[in-house]
Amino acid sequence: MQQPAPTQHSGLIGIQPVPSGAIEAARKIRREAGFPVGWLITPAALWLLIFLVVPLLSIITFSFWTSTGSGMTPDLTLQYYGDYFYNEGFFEAEHRNYLKPSVFIRTLGSTFYFTIVVMALCLLLGYPIAYFLAMQVQSFKWQLALFLVCMVPFWTSYLIRAVAWMPMLGRRGLLNKFLLSIDVIDKPVTFLLYSEFSYTMALVQLYVVLCVGPIFFSLAKIDNAILEAARDMGATPLQIFREIIGPLSLPGVAIGMIFIFVMIMGEFATAVVVYGGKTSTTGTVILNYYAIANYPFAAVNALMLMLSMMIGVVIILKLVDIRKEL
Amino acid sequence: MAAKRRWTPERRRKAFVKGGYSVYYAIFLVFIYGPMIAMFVLSFQGRRGGTSFPMRGVSLYWYEKLIEPSTVGDLQGAMGRSIMLALIVMVITALFSTMLAMAFRKRFFGAGVLFYTVMAGLMVPGILLSLGLASLMKQVGIPPNWWSSALGVHVVWTLPFGFLVMMAVFNRFDSSLEEAARDMGASEWTVFKEVTLPLITPGIVAAGLFGFTLSYDEFARTTLLAGEFNTLPLDINASMTQRIRPTLFALGTASTVFSLLMIGLFLGIYTILYRRSR
Repeated sequence: MQQPAPTQHSGLIGIQPVPSGAIEAARKIRREAGFPVGWLITPAALWLLIFLVVPLLSIITFSFWTSTGSGMTPDLTLQYYGDYFYNEGFFEAEHRNYLKPSVFIRTLGSTFYFTIVVMALCLLLGYPIAYFLAMQVQSFKWQLALFLVCMVPFWTSYLIRAVAWMPMLGRRGLLNKFLLSIDVIDKPVTFLLYSEFSYTMALVQLYVVLCVGPIFFSLAKIDNAILEAARDMGATPLQIFREIIGPLSLPGVAIGMIFIFVMIMGEFATAVVVYGGKTSTTGTVILNYYAIANYPFAAVNALMLMLSMMIGVVIILKLVDIRKEL
Repeated sequence: MAAKRRWTPERRRKAFVKGGYSVYYAIFLVFIYGPMIAMFVLSFQGRRGGTSFPMRGVSLYWYEKLIEPSTVGDLQGAMGRSIMLALIVMVITALFSTMLAMAFRKRFFGAGVLFYTVMAGLMVPGILLSLGLASLMKQVGIPPNWWSSALGVHVVWTLPFGFLVMMAVFNRFDSSLEEAARDMGASEWTVFKEVTLPLITPGIVAAGLFGFTLSYDEFARTTLLAGEFNTLPLDINASMTQRIRPTLFALGTASTVFSLLMIGLFLGIYTILYRRSR
């Protein structure tokens, strides 16, 4: 195809001459319209520099500094990295075992394991909800209302929502009462609260709404005509899901999973509330070493957490192309 | 479509599936709201009742305990600080996200970097920001405060939400309205004040909602950065390390009701403004 010359533009009546330079001038006006970009972005950019970039850079820096017991001195050392990989807890430094992974790596591993379990459960529980909202509810008003009902807990305190599990799961809690009344058990069980079970359950309840949202949005974007066409050509519901709905909702799934992944990897408060502090997550380890003023070691733990999170996010992004969604 | 359709097997199957999903949705709601409702009920526990069912009478005893200054420390003060902080975060979030989204309507140098930096606020766990900023401030010798360091990281957390909302608003924005105003010789400020702002106000309110509610409830990012005075989530956390009493449930209920009221208020304002902007 032949491109029209820049000084002409093709209209309905034919090719008409345009005063030379007019297009350039129009482009220039469009580019310069609105407030200057510099003024618009500077305050927020500075804010992010001070409160996001600098703290992260200082974690990296401090991880190489030396702890003095009450603070740090800028003497560069790799000692804390060594401790991280080889030490069995700081309070008994003699008990080193070079064959077993250190307690810190194991903590990171168990944090990771919990995160994966919770992610899988959230996806399993959340996907049908998003599917129901996007595909089964026809009226837009109902869709919005039911969606908002799901999202409201996200806007309330997650600390309080964690606390709220206590009357449910305790030895005299509602769940025990319920199980007793239907004769599943004959005396109250104690594993419900302060256990892996309660921890997983609470985390799923706290974070499942985070994956309902993105999945809902990507499902709602699917053009109904495609589904109609598939149905007309005799595709079964399973085929439609496998060939159309599933792949098209993947970006939403990925975004939801990334959300849940980063939030739970850095989680520490829920562990204390419903697990009674019996376990440690990498988050609680960081806080503990901050509390005893060993900032460099807290920084090393934080850095390892950050690294494993980055790896996780990169893996998810490699599996699914979410750029379509943004 | 005919006004009255026959009850074919196909329709029956569809209704069955939809019914199944509806039941599942209801169970899901019980799952995410159930514990909170149990907590609400237990907060009205009688004077001699404990932290689990059965209820021993109904009273406001634990709410009264809450108001007494001695029991949980400086609760009113903490609540006041949390609200104040949330309001400041709300204003800054709304302002910054509007400005950023307006900038992103054009292409500019470093747009990609800035976009990912804003989004990083969503991804970086609160504990990392808390640790980094707290140890830095300790090293430099600046004491942390809820109105300085905590405010800083709260905005980092809420900004991406507001920013995404405003980006969505400007995505559907009809620029020809602004161009018309400009062609008629309006200055940039007039264009913004008379054309742009009225159209995007609902979006700004939504961005503010994220700013307020997320900051009001934020715990992880405040942990090491609130300084000498606690915010409400920190106070709740502190009272959890003591023996659990129904006071905690009363506090949780009061705080949640407040959150819900704020959400309702924002949604109300949003609806009114949205209707007006059409």
